Amino acid sequence: MASSLTVAVASGKGGTGKTTVSANLARAAAEAGHDVFYLDCDVEEPNGHLFLKPYLGRRYPVHIPVPFIDMEKCISCGACGEICQYSAIVCINKHVLTFEKMCHGCGGCALVCPTGAISEKGREIGVVEEGRAGRIAFLHGKLNVGEAMSPPLIKEVRSAGRHGTLNIIDAPPGTSCPVIAAVKGAGFVLLVTEPTPFGLNDLGLAVEMVRTLGIPHGVVVNRHDSENSLARDFCRAKGLKILAEIPDDRRVAEAYSRGDLAFSSVPGYRERFFALLDAVEKEA
Amino acid sequence: MKEIVVISGKGGTGKTSLVASLAVLAGKVVLADCDVDAADLHLVLAPQVKSVSGFTGGKKANILADRCNGCGKCFEVCRFGAVVRQEGRRPVYLIDPIACEGCGVCSYFCPEKAVEFKPALNGQWYISDTRCGPMVHARLGVAEENSGKLVTLVRNQARMIAEEEGLPYIIVDGPPGIGCPVIATITGADAALVVTEPTVSGEHDLARVAELAGHFKVPVYLCINKYDINPAMAKKMEEDALSRGIRLAGKIRYDRSVTGAQLSGAAVVEFSGGPVAGDIRNMWKELVKYLNTSEER
Ligand code: SF4
Ligand code: SF4
Ligand code: SF4
Ligand code: SF4
Repeated sequence: MASSLTVAVASGKGGTGKTTVSANLARAAAEAGHDVFYLDCDVEEPNGHLFLKPYLGRRYPVHIPVPFIDMEKCISCGACGEICQYSAIVCINKHVLTFEKMCHGCGGCALVCPTGAISEKGREIGVVEEGRAGRIAFLHGKLNVGEAMSPPLIKEVRSAGRHGTLNIIDAPPGTSCPVIAAVKGAGFVLLVTEPTPFGLNDLGLAVEMVRTLGIPHGVVVNRHDSENSLARDFCRAKGLKILAEIPDDRRVAEAYSRGDLAFSSVPGYRERFFALLDAVEKEA
Repeated sequence: MKEIVVISGKGGTGKTSLVASLAVLAGKVVLADCDVDAADLHLVLAPQVKSVSGFTGGKKANILADRCNGCGKCFEVCRFGAVVRQEGRRPVYLIDPIACEGCGVCSYFCPEKAVEFKPALNGQWYISDTRCGPMVHARLGVAEENSGKLVTLVRNQARMIAEEEGLPYIIVDGPPGIGCPVIATITGADAALVVTEPTVSGEHDLARVAELAGHFKVPVYLCINKYDINPAMAKKMEEDALSRGIRLAGKIRYDRSVTGAQLSGAAVVEFSGGPVAGDIRNMWKELVKYLNTSEER
């Protein structure tokens, strides 16, 4: 199949089964004959590789631009420190100090410097690793430990999405800047939740986010328990469509704990993920 | 006063449930919910809000159409793709507030002073009363930035309250991950309790969180939740942790009453007197023992 579609898998709260859904969905789509590209944008804790077990080939660092000062040219005018909104550069006592970890790479200081004393150099924030797991092309970002700036790395991973492919994005948890960087521009967002008060509270926040961005979306209820209708009631009240319910099944939890895909290792789950794939294609 | 932050690498490992139980066991504490992106602690502790304040973490740009001459300078200088150019007979420039990082460069360079650059309301924070003591919590607006600053604000407020009221512990419910809000949560804390599960992801994340805490020189204690899902993996993680100088605070079994407690808005130790509550009690005892023997910082 040659059509392009980008599906982002997200959840307000972590640990709801986002990676389980994205990795199993990717495998199901590959077996159904799609060209699949798996993009793990959960750069703080990228885990997709533990389940898809790709062969990783190319690896490259990702940088953000930070100022580099040529003190010979600096006239200590202080303009750089005035424009910087993040206190990442200051001029004191005829010296210019930079705090690279706080720099967002906006380029403002280099633009205002009257003498051209500021140029830019790269500061590494993480790495991207690229590879393949059978029919699935694979790419993930890994944020360096101690690094606060994840959005530029997420954007880098995100921008690798291809045309003519089913791009599956494993988004970071939450509802703020890192998630936005991952889901922006997606054709469809799958929101994974659990039928618990925490899960649904966070689903509500995630829904607000995708509605703000105006992206079509549907819900996957993970660890569904037939005795409890919390998730169904919540989705009905909010006008959300449930595309799949994955039962609270100890075998799935065990497969996950070993790093196996339920799709391939737990009987009955091939069909479930094929059905989810169909549902996503119909909705998107 | 000791500040204990509970974090998890991966989210959804039972961190928030555990924080609620620890608060109950500790008697009177100050609670800080630093998971400002997806705060859940209020669902268990039912806080009575005493004060609400707005949070302004940064500024955002906005183009005043009547002053704009359409020169496109703002579009040219913005590195975050936040200035949108709408093609037409004469192009129109607009700012996408979600993409705007608040760097102010467009505003600085606009020849017509047509870009307003004003503080943005990014969220709210609250001081509340709970049955376990005062709680500071917050809500970051959807699609907002500056979660790190909001976390710092919540922690500072919690610290002030603990000092004023002379309370011995601050228990912090931390955000998932290892990025900006987590760094803001653990920097300078007395102890980080890492809650993990015995899975390949848990193992992987534990390594990253532990490295992060090490980087910021915060002592790390490990809690393996649902250890009986994969006892072999739990054992392996325990050994691995030990070799990294991380102490095991406790192991908690898998038990459905954890979900039951959540459904009824109670902490596990309030809801159940069973073995899972016993596991949590033992862990709290261990943790207190470690905290009181560790050097005063
Ligand atoms: S590039 Fe922007 S954020 Fe970085 S130091 Fe310069 S002005 Fe500050
Ligand atoms: S703007 Fe340029 S000249 Fe002025 S203090 Fe900064 S580096 Fe020096
Ligand atoms: S730089 Fe100022 S005048 Fe020029 S297009 Fe932007 S807002 Fe309008
Ligand atoms: S403030 Fe910075 S990020 Fe926002 S629109 Fe202007 S240049 Fe772009």
